[in-house]
Amino acid sequence: MNRRTMGKTLLGLAGAAAVALSVGTAAAQDKLKVGFVYVGPISDHGYSYQHDQGRLAVEKALGDKVATTYVENVPEGADAERVIEQLAASGHKLIFTTSFGFMNPTLKVAQRYPDVKFEHATGYKRAANVATYSARFYEGRTVVGAIAGKMTKSNVIGYVASFPIPEVVSGINAFTIALREQNPKAEVRVVWVNSWYDPGKETEAAMALIDQGADVIVQHTDSPAPIQTAQDRNLWSVGQSSDMTRFGPKSHLTAIVDDWNGYYIDRVKAVLDGSWKAVDTWGGFKDKMLFLAPYNPAIPADVVALADQIKADIMSGKRHSFQGPVKDQSGKVVIPEGKSATDEQILKMDWYVEGVQGKVPK
Amino acid sequence: MSLIRLEPRGQASQAMVYLTPPLAVVLTLMSGFVLFLLLGFDPMKALHAFFIDPVSSKRGIGELIVKATPLTLCAIGLSIGFRANVWNIGAEGQLTVGAIVGGGLALAFYGHGGWWLLPLMVIGGAVGGMAWAAIPAYLRLRFNASEILTSLMLTYVALLLLNFLVHGPYRDPDGFAFPESRLFEADAVMPILWLGTRVHLGAALALLAVAGGWVLIARTFIGFQIKVIGLTPAAAGYAGFDQKRIVWLALLLSGGLAGIAGMGEVAGPIGQITPNVSPGYGFTAIIVAFLGRLHPVGILLAALLMALSFIGGEAAQIAMGLPKAITGVFQGMLLFFLLASDVLIRYRVRFGARRAVA
Repeated sequence: MNRRTMGKTLLGLAGAAAVALSVGTAAAQDKLKVGFVYVGPISDHGYSYQHDQGRLAVEKALGDKVATTYVENVPEGADAERVIEQLAASGHKLIFTTSFGFMNPTLKVAQRYPDVKFEHATGYKRAANVATYSARFYEGRTVVGAIAGKMTKSNVIGYVASFPIPEVVSGINAFTIALREQNPKAEVRVVWVNSWYDPGKETEAAMALIDQGADVIVQHTDSPAPIQTAQDRNLWSVGQSSDMTRFGPKSHLTAIVDDWNGYYIDRVKAVLDGSWKAVDTWGGFKDKMLFLAPYNPAIPADVVALADQIKADIMSGKRHSFQGPVKDQSGKVVIPEGKSATDEQILKMDWYVEGVQGKVPK
Repeated sequence: MSLIRLEPRGQASQAMVYLTPPLAVVLTLMSGFVLFLLLGFDPMKALHAFFIDPVSSKRGIGELIVKATPLTLCAIGLSIGFRANVWNIGAEGQLTVGAIVGGGLALAFYGHGGWWLLPLMVIGGAVGGMAWAAIPAYLRLRFNASEILTSLMLTYVALLLLNFLVHGPYRDPDGFAFPESRLFEADAVMPILWLGTRVHLGAALALLAVAGGWVLIARTFIGFQIKVIGLTPAAAGYAGFDQKRIVWLALLLSGGLAGIAGMGEVAGPIGQITPNVSPGYGFTAIIVAFLGRLHPVGILLAALLMALSFIGGEAAQIAMGLPKAITGVFQGMLLFFLLASDVLIRYRVRFGARRAVA
């Protein structure tokens, strides 16, 4: 291609772009298109369901200023990039990718669509147009750990876990620290199901833990199957991501509920008024990014008071989930007295505290 | 005494054998029309969003090829085994091990790559898949163990092995303990064949496999042996064909191709090793192989069609909010109509009770 024809082509391209742009802005003036990519089905009644509640909250709060789209059940492999790109190419100007495995695909697409804003949940890579966000799920685990410590009779807690990533490991640790603060004899047994959503495997894991003597089943997976299993066996359980009371009203002590509604509304508003920035948000109880589902009426009043006190202390900063001294399984002090774990220590956590049985899969 | 009987036809119509796959597609589209109507969507718009929109842009066609690449590679290998009555159900596992070995080479030589790395990874992927397929081959020939079971079970072993590796030795040292490898370096990434899309070298390898598969079956003595063993094993025995050799060949070939497919995924569109290399390509390839009548060209077309059903499902979800489950319904209908018409071209339907034989 010589320079003249190149100039012509460029002119042509510019013309085409101008046409495309005018069409684009005409459409954009009415509504901001916001896309959501979910790893599970919205019917999981857990993690993806809760993100979709956030999407619905955006629609409700901002009405005809926005149009939202979601794609569910997106595998975290080569397909994710296509789905994200398809949203970007079809005029979505703000795209939330809600699972860790979407991190690199999100960044790749973001590079090709600099005028589209992306938000990736639970990851650590950012770019000029990619923000990250997550919730301090471990704060919730501290409160339910204390409740479990008071409710268990067998002193064995069964923990149905998804993948040994820092988010889950730090949850197990925060839970165990609070558990043993109330009940030093209690211990935690973990079964990894290597899936976020697999009701069959989650049921089997819960059964195996119950057979080992667990009388409280805690889960860091997204289906209500462990709650249902605990309900059938007349044992306690703690829900994950959303209020799962209706799946086991007698068994369900409470649940750590993710609340993305406020965050999503804020971020969409920021795009609408032009104040959006690619920042990292890691919010806890204080930021209203998580809360606890209504307590089971069977929990005694003093335990409820204790739980509320711990929650209040976390919110006021008086208490930290990883407050020293914290010992690892070998008894070595990892976080010394008078100190708390740094955010980086929590984000990279790949070791168990004292009181957890077994080893972190490596 | 049944009211409907199936009576074998002496000879299936050759024309119908090739006509039924398109017929199954047409019937699926017609049922889809009714389905969308019942769900309250504009059926023409929905079918358009499902089957036309996704491939009406360069990017869309590119994505179709990207998705069809591993399906074609796996299905070509499987079809050769299926023709010889070697039922390799474990292409998914062989694909995974191919990704583990091929991708592992990329990590092993991280920072020391060169032009030789990618060819080495392709070979590594093939060897990994072959090694994984060699286990069922050995077990079948030595202990007469069904390769259907062993190859399927080994899939789960492979997936757990992958999980172990990404949580341990393969884990990105700077990755906050998340189960993912580093991103591969430029030397370890499949070159893009079509600029502006994600179509990579794997697509060319898939086309080579199609051509190679055709030559093998249609033009070589081994291909003849495979066909004879599949149709009449006894005759193959009398002719002195070495059935053991064919079992080895079928499994190693399908394993090797699946391994290359897996390596192509991690070095292509994914660009790193993650716990989710394949959304079930190895299993879908079984459907692709039969949909394509075990013929290499048919397989290529079937892979494209299957890829379209996946991509179309997403596109329709984005454009019209159709539920994701529709994708599965479409694939199920397609297979149902194909199998149903298969029955009808091989059997005649007779109503009423069988007449007494005089």
